[in-house]
Amino acid sequence: MSQQTIKFVVQRQDSPETKPYTEEFEIPYRPNMNVISALMEVQRNPLNAKGGKTTPVCWESNCLEEVCGACSMVINGKPRQACTALVDKLEQPIRLEPMNTFPVVRDLVIDRQRMFDGLKKVKAWIPIDGTYDLGPGPRMAEAKRQWAYELSKCMTCGVCVEACPNVNEKTDFIGPYAISQVRLFNAHPTGELNKDERTATLMEDGGIEGCGNSQNCVKVCPKGIPLTTSIAAMNMETTKLMFKKWFTS
Amino acid sequence: MTGNSYYYRKLHSLLGVIPVGMFLLEHMYTNFLATISPERYQQQVAWLTGLPLVLLLEIFLIWLPLLYHGVYGLYVAFQARNNPTSYSFFRNQMFIWQRITGVITFLFVVWHFAETRLQVALGNVEKDQLGALIHDILSNPIALAVYVIAVIAASFHFCNGMWAFLVSWGITVGPKAQRISTYVWMGAFVIMSSMFVAALIAFSGDEFQGNIGLLLNSLLG
Ligand code: SF4
Ligand code: FES
Repeated sequence: MSQQTIKFVVQRQDSPETKPYTEEFEIPYRPNMNVISALMEVQRNPLNAKGGKTTPVCWESNCLEEVCGACSMVINGKPRQACTALVDKLEQPIRLEPMNTFPVVRDLVIDRQRMFDGLKKVKAWIPIDGTYDLGPGPRMAEAKRQWAYELSKCMTCGVCVEACPNVNEKTDFIGPYAISQVRLFNAHPTGELNKDERTATLMEDGGIEGCGNSQNCVKVCPKGIPLTTSIAAMNMETTKLMFKKWFTS
Repeated sequence: MTGNSYYYRKLHSLLGVIPVGMFLLEHMYTNFLATISPERYQQQVAWLTGLPLVLLLEIFLIWLPLLYHGVYGLYVAFQARNNPTSYSFFRNQMFIWQRITGVITFLFVVWHFAETRLQVALGNVEKDQLGALIHDILSNPIALAVYVIAVIAASFHFCNGMWAFLVSWGITVGPKAQRISTYVWMGAFVIMSSMFVAALIAFSGDEFQGNIGLLLNSLLG
């Protein structure tokens, strides 16, 4: 109703062990605010909606332009980046929750370690270090470069992992992003040299079979990465590698 | 080959189609023959049960694969943290229905097996009385409702499962291929469930009435 204030309902949690609770906030409206600038307002003046003094809400952010993924949280029920969540485009009261598929550190701050562990597990890099100069690598076909570039936009934000019904405390599914990264690095002409090694990491416990085709990931990815295409393509690659191993080992 | 969840899940996926899915199609075909005449249906049953080594075929091409697919499927289904309220996308709904229909089908198959195949094995019913047996079961409106729900659930689970199978083996890769596959399999679902329901209606008809009613009523309570 009133354009003078913005209402927030924030799910808070004081420490990893304590129970979450909700707290409401009402802050003065300014044009063109995003969720981060609203949280900064709470930080400057930590009063809840009832006017009581409270601790400022904790959150994480870095780039403020949706490329680092640090500010990911659940905003009005959807996991997304707070820095690009414009207050004027959000229904009020704005509900903020941490992405609790990840361990909650405090308030909206989560521990995204599993994202980076996943990248290590699937060897999402191209080994080029040698004892001598290996020279320039082969060129990549332009058509391939174009789709590979899309995959390279992943910022490890965790939104796809949050939305996936098969990532939870009962499973060890690595999550959609890591599968797509295997496809990306396997597509690279130099990365291709270690293709099977990467693909094999998806054929272990918690690998690609954890995908149950709910396809939430592709709908929520802020970078529009064709995750389900990557998953299906890697399904084919793992199948091929499976037969290759059977017939050559 | 060292076992891990990749191979277990792949086996689950493969067995769901070959042979379990193939058996479902065969079963649908046989039952659909009931819409032609009891004789045509009975003739098909006689042919099937007269196949050489039929018990081995049943064990290795139906029971064991079905048991594996069902039990592993239950394990997979109960591992999901379903989230349709937050993510009401079409595919997420289908994901949940795949699991719900899987559980319904599994429970139904156990009951259906106990009522039909097991009774034949125990000698309570003769093979040529199967049509009459089903007629009898379906004369109970609750059982009829259960059968209708179960055949629709099984058809859905098979058709949507085929959609997922094509993704899981990397055959339909891009979004367009997957969308067309959705249309194809939903069409197949409508046809399949109609054929199954038509068969149920046929079995409920008077021409399937037999004289084993008393025996079975006491048997099924
Ligand atoms: S694939 Fe998309 S949603 Fe998933 S981590 Fe990368 S950028 Fe985020
Ligand atoms: S602060 Fe980097 S994505 Fe929002």
